[in-house]
Amino acid sequence: MVLKVFFPSCCFSAESGILVGRWISEQSSAVVLAVVHFPFIPLQVKQYLSEVQRVTKVKVSVLGSWSNSKQEKEESLSEFLEDLGTIFSHEPWIQISREGGSNFWSCSTLQKHSNNPKEEEIILVYYDQRKVMLSHLHPPLDTAPSPDHRAGDASKLSAIFDTVANSKILFMTDRYDDGPIKLTHWQSDGIEASIIVELMKQASVPACMLLTCLLSLVSGICKSRVMNFWPLSFLWSKLSTCEQLGHRLQHLQLISSNKKAPNQTQLMRKANIFVSLLLDVALGILLMSWLYRKNRIGHLADTLIPVADHVAEELQELLQWLMGAPAGLKMNRALDQVLGRFFLYHIHLWISYIHLLSPFIEMILWYVGLSACLGLTVALCILSDIIALLTFHIYCFYVYGARLYCLKIYGLSSLWRLFRGKKWNVLRQRVDSCSYDLDQLFIGTLLFTILLFLLPTTALYYLVFTLLRLLVVIVQGLIHLLVDLMNSLPLYSLLLRLCRSYRLAAGVKFRVLEQQDGKPLRLLMQINPLSYGSVVHTYRLPTYSCYPKDSWTSLCKKLFLGELIYPWKHKGEKQD
Amino acid sequence: EERRYRSASGAPIALWRRQHSASCRELTVRCSRLQLRSLSAVTSAVWLTAYGLYVISENSMVLSAAIFIMLIGLIIYLHFVKVDQESLLVIGSLGIQVTSSYASGRESTTFIEMGQVKDVVINEAIHMQKVIYYLCILLQDPGDPQGIYEVVPLFQSSKPRLDCLIEVYKSCQEILEQRKTAPQSS
Repeated sequence: MVLKVFFPSCCFSAESGILVGRWISEQSSAVVLAVVHFPFIPLQVKQYLSEVQRVTKVKVSVLGSWSNSKQEKEESLSEFLEDLGTIFSHEPWIQISREGGSNFWSCSTLQKHSNNPKEEEIILVYYDQRKVMLSHLHPPLDTAPSPDHRAGDASKLSAIFDTVANSKILFMTDRYDDGPIKLTHWQSDGIEASIIVELMKQASVPACMLLTCLLSLVSGICKSRVMNFWPLSFLWSKLSTCEQLGHRLQHLQLISSNKKAPNQTQLMRKANIFVSLLLDVALGILLMSWLYRKNRIGHLADTLIPVADHVAEELQELLQWLMGAPAGLKMNRALDQVLGRFFLYHIHLWISYIHLLSPFIEMILWYVGLSACLGLTVALCILSDIIALLTFHIYCFYVYGARLYCLKIYGLSSLWRLFRGKKWNVLRQRVDSCSYDLDQLFIGTLLFTILLFLLPTTALYYLVFTLLRLLVVIVQGLIHLLVDLMNSLPLYSLLLRLCRSYRLAAGVKFRVLEQQDGKPLRLLMQINPLSYGSVVHTYRLPTYSCYPKDSWTSLCKKLFLGELIYPWKHKGEKQD
Repeated sequence: EERRYRSASGAPIALWRRQHSASCRELTVRCSRLQLRSLSAVTSAVWLTAYGLYVISENSMVLSAAIFIMLIGLIIYLHFVKVDQESLLVIGSLGIQVTSSYASGRESTTFIEMGQVKDVVINEAIHMQKVIYYLCILLQDPGDPQGIYEVVPLFQSSKPRLDCLIEVYKSCQEILEQRKTAPQSS
C-alpha cells in the first residue's frame, strides 16, 4: 500500500533530527508531530514520549529521521541516521532528507521484517499544524450511521485531525525551555497567549459566581407560591413576554454555570448564547435611548387611545354595513339586527373600558418601556402583547361568531341526516339508518329549514370576524418570527466562519505541488470550511416556539367547520 | 495533454489530462467561456426595455434600476452560475477530489475518501427527449461494503459526451484498480 507521510509545514527549515509522531498502520500513514534535534539521549527521548503517551492517550513514537543539510548529501550523517533506526525500532523507518534548501525532498523507508522487498510509493502531504489543531471536523449531515460501527472504520481524516488536536501537550515546550529534549513544532518559536484572554478568564470566575447567585434568587421568586395562584399563572402563560423572559433566564443560567463545557458543541452553544444575549441587550438599550429621547414614548402613549378609538369606530361602521345589505346580499332582518346590536353593545363596553384606563396609560407605558433594556426580543414581545390586548374585542367577536356558526353547522348536519332517515351512531362512530316518528320528522324538518335559511347571515358574520382575526394573527406571527430568528441565530459561529474559517471544517482539499521525477508526490492539504447554510443548520439554538403544525388543508377544514384555530402553539402547551 | 470534444448540447469543450505520479491523475474539463455577443445582446435588450419604460412613464428611476439590476445579475451569474472548468483529482489510496471553478474565480471543492468510494461508473439517464450519459462516483459506507448509499454525479455543468467520458473513465479505473491489487497491510 502507498505510504503517506503528513509533514507539518512549520518544520520545513528545522535542523536535522528524528521525527516524532503517530503511525496509523490501518491506513499506512504517518502523522509527523515534531522534530527532535541533536544532541539527545535516546533513553530520555523514550521516557518523554511514554509520558506524553500516558497523558494524551495518543500513541506517539519515533517514526524516522529528518536531515536538512545546506550542501550536498553527507555520507557519514546518512549512516548515522540509519543506525538510529536500530535504536528506535519502528517498522517502517522513514528517512526524509532535504539538500541545499531545495523543495524536492527524497524520502525512503527501511523495512527490516518485510514480506515484499518491492519499493513502495511514498506521498508527502504538507499540512498547517496550527490550523489542523484548532479546527473541528464536521461529518457530513446525511451520513447513515452504520449499526456495526467499529473503531477501525473511523474516517481517515478524523483520525489525523484527532491526533494533532489531542497532542496539545507536545506543543507546550518551546525552544527557550531548558529541557533535555529540543523540539521543533508550530509553537517552538514561543508559546502563543493573549493577555486579554487571560485577564478575562481570571475575571470571569467571580462574575459567574455573582451571576449564579442573582439568578437563583430571581428564579426562586418566580417559582414561589405567590406568583402561581390560578389567575396569575393563567396570565403568565398567555403573555409571550413572560415566555421570552423565562427563555433568556435559562440561557443566563447556562452561561453562568461553573462547569466547563464537555465538548466542542456545548462550547459553541455557550458562546453563541453569550454573543446573542450581548447583541440583544445592546440593541435593546439602543432602542430605549431612541424612545426616551425627545419623549417619543409620551407621544406614543398619546396616540394609543385615539388609535384604539379609531379601530372601534371602524368596527362600528363595519357592523352598520353588515346590518344593512352588505355587498348586495339580502340578510335575514331580525337575526341581523339581533347580532348587530349585540356586537355594537360589546364595542360600546370596550370603548368605555379604554377611556377608563386612559389617564394611566402614559405612566404604564413609560415604565413598561424601561424593560426594553432587557433586550430587543423582550421589547418585540411586549409589542406583540400590546397588540393582543388592544384587539381583544376582535378576538371575542371571532369566538362568538365561530361558536354560533359551529353550532349551526352541527345542527344542520345532524338534521340533514334526519331528513334522509339516518342517525349518527356514537358507539360505532358511523351513520346508521333509523326510523323516526312522524312528529320527530316534522319538527326536525322545520328546524332544518329554519337553520338553512339563517345560514347566510351567520356565515357572513363569521367570515368577516375570522378575516379580522387572521389579520391580527398574521401581524403577531411576523413579530414572533422575528423574535425567533434573533433567539436561534448562531452569531458566534457565523462570525467564526467569516473570520477564522479554518476552525469549522467540512473536509479537506488537496493541491498538487510541483513535481520532480524520482521524488515522491508532494501534496498540500488545506482545510475546506463549512458552508454558511450548514453552519446555521448545525449550530442553531433551540427555541420555545414551534411553527404551525396544521397543514393548509386541515386549516381550511377547521375554518369551514367553525372550529377555533390557534395557529401558533408553544411547545409547553398541551395540543388539542 | 489537451483534446477537444463536444458537450451534450453541442458546445465545444476541452479535456486536459495530467499525470502527476503513478497513482495520481488530474482530469480537467474546460467549458466554453462567456461569449461577448450573448452578453451584449442581453445587456442591450434589458436597456432598450428600460428606455422604453422610461419614455412611457417619464421616471428616471427606471433607468437607474435597470443598470443596478443588470450589474447585480451579472455578478450573481459570474459568481454562482457560470462554471469555467470542472476537475477531478484522483489520488490512489487517499481519495478523489472534485473541484468546480466559477467564472469569478471562486472554487468549490469536495473531497471523498477512498474508503467511501465503491466505484466510478458511466450511467445513462433519460432527460426529456434525450438519453444523456454521465459519470458518477458510487459511495459506500465503510462498514457495509455491499450497499451504495449515495451517487455523486460529476461534470454536471459541462456535460461531456460519451467519447470524453470514456477517456475519463479509463483513467480513473487504472488508478482504482491499483487499490485492489495492492495488498492491504494489517
